[in-house]
Amino acid sequence: MPETIPQDSVGLVQPQTLHVDQPLELECGRVLPSYDLVYETYGTLNADASNAVLICHALSGHHHAAGYHSADDPRPGWWDSCIGPGKPIDTNRFFVVCPNNLGGCHGSSGPGSQNPETGQLWGPDFPMMTVKDWVKSQAQLADALGIQRWAAVVGGSLGGMQALQWSMDFPDRLANAVVIAAAPKLSAQNIAFNEVARQSILTDPNFHGGRYYLHDTYPRQGLILARMVGHITYLSDDAMRMKFGRDLRSGRFHFGFDVEFQVESYLRHQGETFSRNFDANTYLLMTKALDYFDPARECDGTLEDALADTRCNFLVMSFNSDWRFSPERSREIVNALVQVGRNVSYAEIDTPKGHDAFLLPIPEYRKLFGAYMGRVAEATSNA
Amino acid sequence: MRDDLALISRWIPKGARVLDLGCGDGDLLAHLQDDRQVNGYGLEIDQDNIAACFAKGVNVIEQDLDKGLGNFQSDRFDYVVMTQALQAVLRPDSILDEMLRVGREAIITFPNFGHWRVRSYLGFKGRMPVSSALPYEWYDTPNIHLCTVKDFEAHCRERNIRIIERQVVNRHHRSGRLTRAWPNLFGEIAIYRVTL
Repeated sequence: MPETIPQDSVGLVQPQTLHVDQPLELECGRVLPSYDLVYETYGTLNADASNAVLICHALSGHHHAAGYHSADDPRPGWWDSCIGPGKPIDTNRFFVVCPNNLGGCHGSSGPGSQNPETGQLWGPDFPMMTVKDWVKSQAQLADALGIQRWAAVVGGSLGGMQALQWSMDFPDRLANAVVIAAAPKLSAQNIAFNEVARQSILTDPNFHGGRYYLHDTYPRQGLILARMVGHITYLSDDAMRMKFGRDLRSGRFHFGFDVEFQVESYLRHQGETFSRNFDANTYLLMTKALDYFDPARECDGTLEDALADTRCNFLVMSFNSDWRFSPERSREIVNALVQVGRNVSYAEIDTPKGHDAFLLPIPEYRKLFGAYMGRVAEATSNA
Repeated sequence: MRDDLALISRWIPKGARVLDLGCGDGDLLAHLQDDRQVNGYGLEIDQDNIAACFAKGVNVIEQDLDKGLGNFQSDRFDYVVMTQALQAVLRPDSILDEMLRVGREAIITFPNFGHWRVRSYLGFKGRMPVSSALPYEWYDTPNIHLCTVKDFEAHCRERNIRIIERQVVNRHHRSGRLTRAWPNLFGEIAIYRVTL
């Protein structure tokens, strides 16, 4: 943590846990008899519970979106750039809720938690989750918190897909969906990258069919590789050129396979940090949830058909250097929403930062995001 | 609200589906939403304007008009509006065709380059006209396809575009005896409602 907590931070926060005893029927056909959802909240819920905003996290995200856990916390939550007093998601006006998705590895029920029926860790037996399942579990959280209707459901990347799913599955339970750097479904190329990541985990000798915990080990190398390839797709060519160029760590070639270029060093560092903090089974599961997301297929029709029964207002945003979920993919969502007559706005942020831009404090992005959320807050207080 | 926008909004009935090309800060759509309950969308590229639309609760889509309207299906809108932008696009003829493809009717306003002051500026001074309606120098003007009332109407005839309504007004957005009798000489702003 910095010396003093910044004025625009939500400050020290504590995760909470909701235990749900109601069985959750999953898209894969299996049932989760009971489960835990760990979540954080920032700001204050108003008297008529109309100012609540749900934050949906992306592939490697979790419930800790803003603020600090302790005085020794080196870094704030993953979306601290956008959540806090005076920030686009202004905690002076909104009550912000961010859960860790089921299947995650940060406290919610997942492969690393205990199967209540066997008393053993779930491991690879934890059921496959889909975006639809997550939304259903998030609705349980909303019920528990007394939130009938979200002022907005907001997410970037895989989180944006959840916001979109909310608009289709619970059309009356949100006023706005904010869908950032997302896509209406993955492309073959997207799935291909996910498959490389999965294969690197699955083929790691320490994976042990997902039961690595029984062998007191984990597929470290697989996770590192998975993250390295993922990370390349989150940055743009320009961003990498600006950050590393062809810079050498020691200034000269060593004619070997140790780290020589700065970009190699960076990727290895990112991979290693990630492998220490993330569960391999969760990574496999989350990438599959991404691959499966396809609302048009779910309703046996077009994206327009899938969105036909939505009611909320939509804000869609993309970043021009994002090639993982390019602006074209966001425009597919916008065009379908226009075609079905929904209220939708769209902005494309000019930045070299690639897919990761949605997490960064880019001034234009924050201005537009803030202008939209300001309107959401006004509508909330007038309701 | 700008006077030309007030004129235009009179032409748009309640509940219409409206697309506003180059919608600026969303004034027209905000007014049409409140007053006429239209289902409207604006297209804009300036992000300050986009933020202003967000703040007003106007639907705005960041989109460059020069890349066409190919993302909108035919006959999706009742009215496609473009105010003071025809002269600034790369291909005014293509955008006009596109407006009439995605909309039933198009409403267009542009500065009339045939106005006597413009003519005399060029005629007597021999310099590219600069005025309150056309405040740019020749080298920095965004107005790359200026036309006159006569040019526009000739183009409509060639393309079989039917002019439903025309209002040619002076700089105060008023029409009078002179603008009615000699629109191409005394009109500063031309406002058209056209269809195929």
